[in-house]
Amino acid sequence: MNRVIQVRTTSTNWLRAVGNRLLDVAPLLVALILAFLVGSVLLLALNVSPLAGFSSMLQGAFGSENTIAETLVKATPMLLVAIGICISFRGGMINVGGEGQMIAGAVAGVTVALALSTSPSLIAVPLSIFAGFLAGAIYGGLAGWLKAYFNVNEILSTIMLNAIAVQMMNYLLNGPLLDPTEAGVNHVPKTARIAEQLQIARLSIPLPEGVAELFSLQNAELFARTRLHWGLIIAIVLAVLAYFLLWRTTIGYRIRAVGENERAAKYAGIRVRWNMVLAMLFAGGFAGLAGVVQVLGLQYRLQTDGSATGFTANAGFNGIVAALFGGLNPLGAIPASIFFGGLLVGAQKMQRDLGVPAALITSLNGLIVIFAVSSEYFRAALARRRSLGGGSMSGAQPVTAPPETAETRIDPGDSIGLVSS
Amino acid sequence: MNILEVLGSIFTASVAAATLRLATPYLFAAIGETFAQRSGLLNLGVDGIMLMGAFSAFYAVLMTGNLLVGLAAAMIIGGLMGLAMAFISVTLKAQQGISGIGLYLFGLGMSELLFQTLVGTPKSIQGFPPIYIPGLSDIQFLGIGRIFFSQNILVYLAFLSVPVSAFIFNRTNFGLKIRAVGQNPAAADAMDVSVTRVRYATQIIGGVMAGVAGASLSIALLDVFQQNLTGGMGFIAVALVYFGRWKPLGVMLGALLFSFVNALQLQISAVGIQIPPEFSTMAPYVITIIALVFAGKQSERPTALTVPFQRGE
Repeated sequence: MNRVIQVRTTSTNWLRAVGNRLLDVAPLLVALILAFLVGSVLLLALNVSPLAGFSSMLQGAFGSENTIAETLVKATPMLLVAIGICISFRGGMINVGGEGQMIAGAVAGVTVALALSTSPSLIAVPLSIFAGFLAGAIYGGLAGWLKAYFNVNEILSTIMLNAIAVQMMNYLLNGPLLDPTEAGVNHVPKTARIAEQLQIARLSIPLPEGVAELFSLQNAELFARTRLHWGLIIAIVLAVLAYFLLWRTTIGYRIRAVGENERAAKYAGIRVRWNMVLAMLFAGGFAGLAGVVQVLGLQYRLQTDGSATGFTANAGFNGIVAALFGGLNPLGAIPASIFFGGLLVGAQKMQRDLGVPAALITSLNGLIVIFAVSSEYFRAALARRRSLGGGSMSGAQPVTAPPETAETRIDPGDSIGLVSS
Repeated sequence: MNILEVLGSIFTASVAAATLRLATPYLFAAIGETFAQRSGLLNLGVDGIMLMGAFSAFYAVLMTGNLLVGLAAAMIIGGLMGLAMAFISVTLKAQQGISGIGLYLFGLGMSELLFQTLVGTPKSIQGFPPIYIPGLSDIQFLGIGRIFFSQNILVYLAFLSVPVSAFIFNRTNFGLKIRAVGQNPAAADAMDVSVTRVRYATQIIGGVMAGVAGASLSIALLDVFQQNLTGGMGFIAVALVYFGRWKPLGVMLGALLFSFVNALQLQISAVGIQIPPEFSTMAPYVITIIALVFAGKQSERPTALTVPFQRGE
């Protein structure tokens, strides 16, 4: 705590501030490098040169206008989930229910969109999106409520709720919501296509004259004829808003205070239980948005292959990875999501080119999560060394409630052992 | 059909036998997790360890044809992953819930990667055969012979682990240390009990048992391996520990309830009762949540669960 206040009060210490920021980011980068080292060893074991593997991935992710667009398309739901994860983890709620909350949002959103298929888009689109947010929020809030009032471990309840959501979706897509033209014995579980005016528009960026020729692009507009849609812009705007919510409003302050130290928050007069539920309402809402945006912006219908990740493509879990890697800060989650979106898209190319199963990326993601949470140990050790005699930086939690002034910044994330932002 | 006939066609000896068989992976994984949790460690990566255990057992049997080699492979891989998890949560003091999810993702991806590169196409193997206990397996009364005395060796071992672990917890010095470390690590430390060593030991035991749990699927129950073979059973196993209030007997009752619902599900569709299959698949998860609500008071919960030990605080 001393460190942070000092940085804020003495402006000449900006060098030190930069140093501290580097200190926060460095262990994450080391975690990433370690994961890629392990990945290289695995590639070698598969008789693939790591250089060839990673360059194939890089090319597959960022090599052309279309692959960049695909990377961003993958990043969009991941970012929306990650924003919610940032809020819930900051509130001390280890929410792993992104998958189920996404599904809840998608089901509600597509139901409303199908019901309003003849309405003007100005009414129907916001309503559908809001329905997705609301359904996700309720589904996430349910886990928050169970935790706050019945002491049900939220990790377990959200995992169970994920499985329940998958089955509920499968039931609805095989029955009540089934596309009427698909009715038959061997139908594909999917809804009807949503009306054109309800689809979120594709996103393209007009380029100044000459630029397209310079980069030998085929169209005068960047990302024309790709699947990139406005959902990305929605997600980025919301990430900025969520950042302000968390660090510039009392709502965010209270959520973080509860996550930081429940008892201290309680003594400071904060309603602990309500803020637990609130954190989960936000988290579920953002994941729900990811679901509905995926339907309205990309697939134009809700569709699954019946498996657990048939609709979400694991975005609910990958959002956790992106959030952790973004330092549990919604702004940090933006580049992190794009990075992990690139990994996923690149892995598909690596599979095509070199025959390396894309499952490699799932296991590397797992390693990145492990290394990222473990790196806190080294960050704390480094911080201790830097501030010799500078008070306790050992990660011990403050016992007293922090006074609510603008000067005090809660050193966030300590309760879940992550870097402060 | 009247209701009695319906019930009679559902609650059959084959359902009871299937209940015991299906309880096996839950039991191994959940009893192992009980060791970890009683010492204050939450390992959420059980499902990942199970997947790796399932694959290594399957692959070893495919290569050598020897079931015991398969079992040993699962135990070694499970133990190593337990050791890794212990290093992460005890030595590096990382947040246990999140690192467990990381371990799960690692196991999920790695087992699929290995399967695709080493095996490729779905293959089946000859798993552990049922052991017919002479005399007893012929008992026709209520199908007792078929239910209790015609199972494979892992089923017997899984149920044997219940009294054995209860004995370890309550009657041995090691069990006392485990409980002390889980309840009050500082006091245990003051009494010269090495918190670190005990927690490493329980986490490795948990890993070995999770590995065996995976093997019980791939080389005894199903005799195949495929991507995400466990389908989240490891997470249910973790929930069963809460459900069973950290006691082996309670964990066993939970596992039986679960596997009974699973077995029933198969029977219901066989009998032709019209329930959408999605609802019967969903049922165990709903039951778990309800059970967790009732386990909510959790007065038996190890006080130091998920809290890393730091000397001299």
